[in-house]
Amino acid sequence: MLYATSEQAYSRVAVFGGVYANHRALRAAIEDARLRGAEAIFCLGDLGAFGPSPNRVFPLLIESGVHSIRGNYDESISRGLEDCQCGYTDPRDNHFARLSYRYTFANTSQRWRDWMGRLPAGRRIRLGSSRLLMSHGSPRRTNEFLWESTTPSHFLEKLCDDHDADVILATHTGIPWARRLSGDRLFANVGAIGRPANDGSPAVCYAMLWADGGAVDVESIPLHYDHEALAMEMKAERLPEEFIETILTGWWTTCNEILPMKERRRGRY
Amino acid sequence: MPGKTPLPVMPARQLQPSVPLVALDYLWFQVAGTVCNLRCAHCFISCAPDNHNFWFLDLETVRNYLEQSKAWGVKEYYFTGGEPFMNRDLLPMLEEALFLGPASVLTNGTLLPEKTVRRLAEIDASSGFSLELRVSIDGPTAESNDAIRGTGCFDRAMEGIQRLVAHGLMPILTAAQLWDPAQDLEVLDQFTDALRKVGYDRPRIKILPTLRLGREAARTRGYSDGELVTRAMMEGYEVTQLLCSTGRVVSDRGVHVCPILLEEPDALLGATLEEADRPHTLSSRACYTCWLHGAICTNYGGIGQEL
Ligand code: SF4
Ligand code: SF4
Ligand SMILES: [Fe+2]
Repeated sequence: MLYATSEQAYSRVAVFGGVYANHRALRAAIEDARLRGAEAIFCLGDLGAFGPSPNRVFPLLIESGVHSIRGNYDESISRGLEDCQCGYTDPRDNHFARLSYRYTFANTSQRWRDWMGRLPAGRRIRLGSSRLLMSHGSPRRTNEFLWESTTPSHFLEKLCDDHDADVILATHTGIPWARRLSGDRLFANVGAIGRPANDGSPAVCYAMLWADGGAVDVESIPLHYDHEALAMEMKAERLPEEFIETILTGWWTTCNEILPMKERRRGRY
Repeated sequence: MPGKTPLPVMPARQLQPSVPLVALDYLWFQVAGTVCNLRCAHCFISCAPDNHNFWFLDLETVRNYLEQSKAWGVKEYYFTGGEPFMNRDLLPMLEEALFLGPASVLTNGTLLPEKTVRRLAEIDASSGFSLELRVSIDGPTAESNDAIRGTGCFDRAMEGIQRLVAHGLMPILTAAQLWDPAQDLEVLDQFTDALRKVGYDRPRIKILPTLRLGREAARTRGYSDGELVTRAMMEGYEVTQLLCSTGRVVSDRGVHVCPILLEEPDALLGATLEEADRPHTLSSRACYTCWLHGAICTNYGGIGQEL
């Protein structure tokens, strides 16, 4: 994978993933992260999908100096691939994935496609004295799903060893979780700001990470934003009712078949 | 130590492609060998009550491989057979596996009395990892299913599902596609209705292609000459779609390349995971089914018509 590497050492950073064209949550996340003292803001990719008018997120990311990497969606859109490479295997999931991919593809201008094509696949930074590695699905595969209930700790330990990292971050699943590993190492899935986490709350979430001398700590920050306004825009764009319901209720209505049993059971559908 | 296998150098005359173990993500346990309380007409390893070709795994053996699996970063554990619930140590095996990571059981669902299901629910509750129960039912009605699996099996497996659901578990109904693929959606609807009737309101269903080996080859037909994976077919093909690039299966004889080719002599790779870390040549015609459909054996692969 092609990584961007920065030797600059940070002490407090905000990281989010899964923007899914939710420009309202993106704006709110950037403001919130600044208020909470983030020195830099990073994005783990999947800029389009699901939400309305995908072109709106790019100027926001650029103006605010958000450092992004490329998700599977961004890769597909920028390269003009057939589908989003989301990794769904169920026919109904694929049906909705296709609707949203077609819409996003048709509504993303060439300029932003090219821009996404130039994003790195991963990024390394220093947080305190820790080596932090950002990925979309995982450092080994852009569309790997790392759910809490299907990711063993020994797997994460090996990932850190294999990729020379003390902290690994990922997104792609849309549900945040974190696990402390041996030697104060850490894995965190930062969740998504574009879509609620299937927990019955319309809030979305991002991660704040900091190093006060020792190990890196992480907190998942719930973020409330004007989700009703977003729902109105989605209606105006004639996006599927199912997607709008998720934005309003916080429950996933589609793409549930990919969920492992424990994550599925916590949801409504 | 586990590590990356270099891409194999192929002898010039070898026509079939060779697949390396890219990463050991899925570790399977053939816990019931080829012993099963049923004798399904389509069973690709011809399991039956009297098929003792492969025997049960004991707890100590499973424990040993679980221990080895950590250094390999194994992501998921699968328990299969035969019928896993015929192994009296299955529950402690699951408990130990779920201490490390997610576990899935491939069962015919006919050996799930209340007592067993209650224990499964307790084991599930005691772990943060997912316990998946894949219950095989091959037709949405007693008539269509029992023609393949045996009289009474539909009702017994549905009762098994009902008990699992009543205890808060969410089994995955797994069906071999024995119908015309054009009927997929119709059959899916029928399955959904049947599951709702036993109280499963968010049914999970997975459809699999049949593997034309064992009794299935006799029931329908075996593979034809053209159904073979060639090296040209692997060009531009994502090799990690094949289970043999990401998994291995442990039986009472050792470690094999995949659960599908259990009976083929060249599929037995060694006694340890270390020894089983070598490339495998796709010389079986069943590889053709994998090539067409991808990692059909894991929880999230499968086939089904687009909506
Ligand atoms: S298909 Fe499954 S249930 Fe049927 S005989 Fe084979 S192992 Fe047993
Ligand atoms: S049957 Fe499938 S998993 Fe097994 S060796 Fe052939 S391609 Fe690989
Ligand atoms: Fe993604």
